[in-house]
Amino acid sequence: MNLDSKIPAGPLDQKWTKHKMDSKLINPANKKKFNIIVVGSGLAGGSAAATLSELGYKVKCFCYQDSPRRAHSIAAQGGINAAKNYQNDGDSVHRLFYDTIKGGDFRSREGNVHRLAEVSLNIIDQCVAQGVPFAREYGGLLDNRSFGGAQVKRTFYARGQTGQQLLIGCYQALAKEIHAGGVQMFPRTEMLDLVVADGHAKGIIVRDLVTGEITAHAADAVILATGGYGNAFYLSTNAMGCNVMAAFRAHKRGALFANPCYTQIHPTCIPVSGDYQSKLTLMSESLRNDGRIWVPKSQETAEKIRKGQLRARDVGEEDRDYYLERKYPSFGNLCPRDIASRSAKEVCDDGLGVAPTGKGVFLDFEKAIADQGEQAISAKYGNLFQMYEKISGDNPYQTPMQIYPAVHYTMGGLWVDYDLMSNVPGLHVLGEANFSDHGANRLGASALMQGLADGYFVIPATIANYLATQKPGAVTTSHPEFKRCLGEVNDRVNSLLQIRGKRSVDSFHRELGLQLWDNCGMSRTPESLNAALQRIPKIRDEFWANVNVTGTGGELNMELEKAGRVADFLEFGELLCHDALQRAESCGGHFRADHQFTEDDPEVKDGRTQPGEAKRHDDEFSYVSAWEYTGVGKAPTLHKEQLVFEDVTPSIRSYK
Amino acid sequence: MSSLNLTLKVWRQAGPNAAGSIETYQAKDIPTEASFLEMLDIVNERLITKGSEPIHFDHDCREGICGACSLTINGIPHGPEGGITTCQLHMRKFSNGDTIWIEPFRAKAFPVIKDLVVDRSAFDRIIESGGYISVRTGSAPDAHAILVPKEAADAAFEAAACIGCGACVAACKNASAMLFVSAKASHLNHLPQGQPEKHQRVLAMVKTMDNEGFGNCTNQYECEAVCPKEISADNIAKLNRDYALAKAHDALV
Repeated sequence: MNLDSKIPAGPLDQKWTKHKMDSKLINPANKKKFNIIVVGSGLAGGSAAATLSELGYKVKCFCYQDSPRRAHSIAAQGGINAAKNYQNDGDSVHRLFYDTIKGGDFRSREGNVHRLAEVSLNIIDQCVAQGVPFAREYGGLLDNRSFGGAQVKRTFYARGQTGQQLLIGCYQALAKEIHAGGVQMFPRTEMLDLVVADGHAKGIIVRDLVTGEITAHAADAVILATGGYGNAFYLSTNAMGCNVMAAFRAHKRGALFANPCYTQIHPTCIPVSGDYQSKLTLMSESLRNDGRIWVPKSQETAEKIRKGQLRARDVGEEDRDYYLERKYPSFGNLCPRDIASRSAKEVCDDGLGVAPTGKGVFLDFEKAIADQGEQAISAKYGNLFQMYEKISGDNPYQTPMQIYPAVHYTMGGLWVDYDLMSNVPGLHVLGEANFSDHGANRLGASALMQGLADGYFVIPATIANYLATQKPGAVTTSHPEFKRCLGEVNDRVNSLLQIRGKRSVDSFHRELGLQLWDNCGMSRTPESLNAALQRIPKIRDEFWANVNVTGTGGELNMELEKAGRVADFLEFGELLCHDALQRAESCGGHFRADHQFTEDDPEVKDGRTQPGEAKRHDDEFSYVSAWEYTGVGKAPTLHKEQLVFEDVTPSIRSYK
Repeated sequence: MSSLNLTLKVWRQAGPNAAGSIETYQAKDIPTEASFLEMLDIVNERLITKGSEPIHFDHDCREGICGACSLTINGIPHGPEGGITTCQLHMRKFSNGDTIWIEPFRAKAFPVIKDLVVDRSAFDRIIESGGYISVRTGSAPDAHAILVPKEAADAAFEAAACIGCGACVAACKNASAMLFVSAKASHLNHLPQGQPEKHQRVLAMVKTMDNEGFGNCTNQYECEAVCPKEISADNIAKLNRDYALAKAHDALV
């Protein structure tokens, strides 16, 4: 299979402009003849649906939530990056591009990332015009902050709820188009399959979650904006409903899945407290600007803290190990997410963890409060401290927070070209659901940027390149492929309902999640990955023999919804492990313990990096791994898209 | 870690047209560290193991921002704590032996779909009728071309913090949606970008609100008391002023 990324030729900073000029146009009278399906109503899907409708296309938008306003983009806290250089601190499109490429550990495409940085400017303009209430200075100008270790202030924010404010803006744009009649909205409706007719994506099969009715919808193109697959790990910062079903169904119908092993583990989440735990709560990364991360130097002290015999404040300075400040003197507590996460795991594995389960480290504001005063800290983090106290019962003004890493964002996703079209013609993929812009690791405040770039500015310009080759309405639901898919979906739903075994859907999800977290989590080895690849098929077999899905198909049935999602995670988990096993290097969100720098490496001896840092192998692995589905339980087939670097030179990452 | 033994009185209703009733469940050994929804997860896991249908309730983000969760706990939407959503309520706030009443958000405009799940799509229809600024993608001027005084930006943000959960409606004896509608209108009406469509927006949203079957506001302030985002009832006063102005404008122009 030839994977053509279709990156336009020419100088990096002119590729997007030139591509827009070279792209096809569809005249206004014809646009209304084209039907487009958008699955997902978060920042990527909602903005795409609204904008495509503004352009004159007929859009059908689907989401599983009861309202498009509840998509999980809403939970993003920190902010959104844009290279506006409003702070005059030396930012530029090129700098944002470079930071994003470097942050992604040189595993993304130059052309895509540069476009993202260019479009970032337009996003802020658009959102402000919509009435998104970003933080402002007294003069009426927009305020910015530095975020996630960036050396410039380029992050726009709305207190701790930037995601909600951007999504409300996007949802209002969508509401405007629903009112205007350009978008037909289907809330509480879940996509259960993709219909590929004569080689092109021409529709979807959905289930009305309230009535249980399963129906087919045809269109001239299909857009998936269905988010990431972090919930494969069961516990994550994702919403409970986030799932991989839409993307995985498309994968089973021929779409290649790229780089699934790039999973981002966020360092600052509230630790797990027990087996009943349903999700993990993220505490904004901005806390690392003032909080100091530490564990006791001795295991005995840690043990006493775990048992509640000793309080954090009673541990003297000389007995504390501020391990990030020690290992990375220049970046300290602000080092990148993967480094902060892995370091926390290392100290906890060494028996120095402080949470009752042993899996937690301190994030301490004692010094910040002493230096800046309680009022200043409260102004910056008041709502976060309050949230922490509500969940944990501890007051962070008086005692350090406990944090531990959790699965947060997934960089991998369906493979797409520069037009955001997958290898299945007509199937376009946006936002977290595609793989395209973050490489092996995503920088803070870049997810919102990518979702909105894809939806507001990229897809509206590129989708015509596909549509112009199609006759509108050529395929309808009377095509035999629709009937066949409907039959398959009905069979699958019925077989889930007929098992009537002994175990709940959640119990299988928890078991799978634990396998993936232990064996394909923050640190991976060939042994751990092979163990998971042995175990997952057994869990899947037991699921199909012994799961108990209560209720019927013709009603609101949340157990049935979960069962369908978990069934797909049980297949997807294997793909994740295959990719992690094949990529015998460490990069970004993929850390292979057997590929790290040691004292003996010349790069360590000459001070370019430090022991324990991720070791990339650019000569062998400078490519996108795009996997082709071959059948349940069968090893997928690997296709490679070579990454070409014309503008930047991949370097060794060092945050020392 | 300590645990609780509780008695739950839960509203069960098989479907939109079925008659509902309160059912009693014993919830034993509930960890105090669990959230309220995790407590229901535990109860449901036990129901499923026995082959019974689990209790249906809406939830998604479980971190207090998506606005999906919507339980009336001991008669109070989102429970007794104040300033939080149901998913942020933790079992350490309850005592061993407690009886807890769990009901859906009740209002004529929020029909029950199943058990504790209600249909809040009326809120979406209110927004669709005018709760937006009509700006096409790509037509926006540079973000700094529009200066917004910090006071206005902050006031807009305070109103925009509404998560659309509907607790305000469930708490009101009139099932009025005035806090929701006023928050949504205030967000845009405070901003310079929102001025051109201000009158039209207010009239359209209020009209849709009335048509959806929400009741009138009689200044009970129950809405403000239960709002998980602590949206101020001052927004209602502003909406009333904006509405009067819009009506006058409508009559004169």
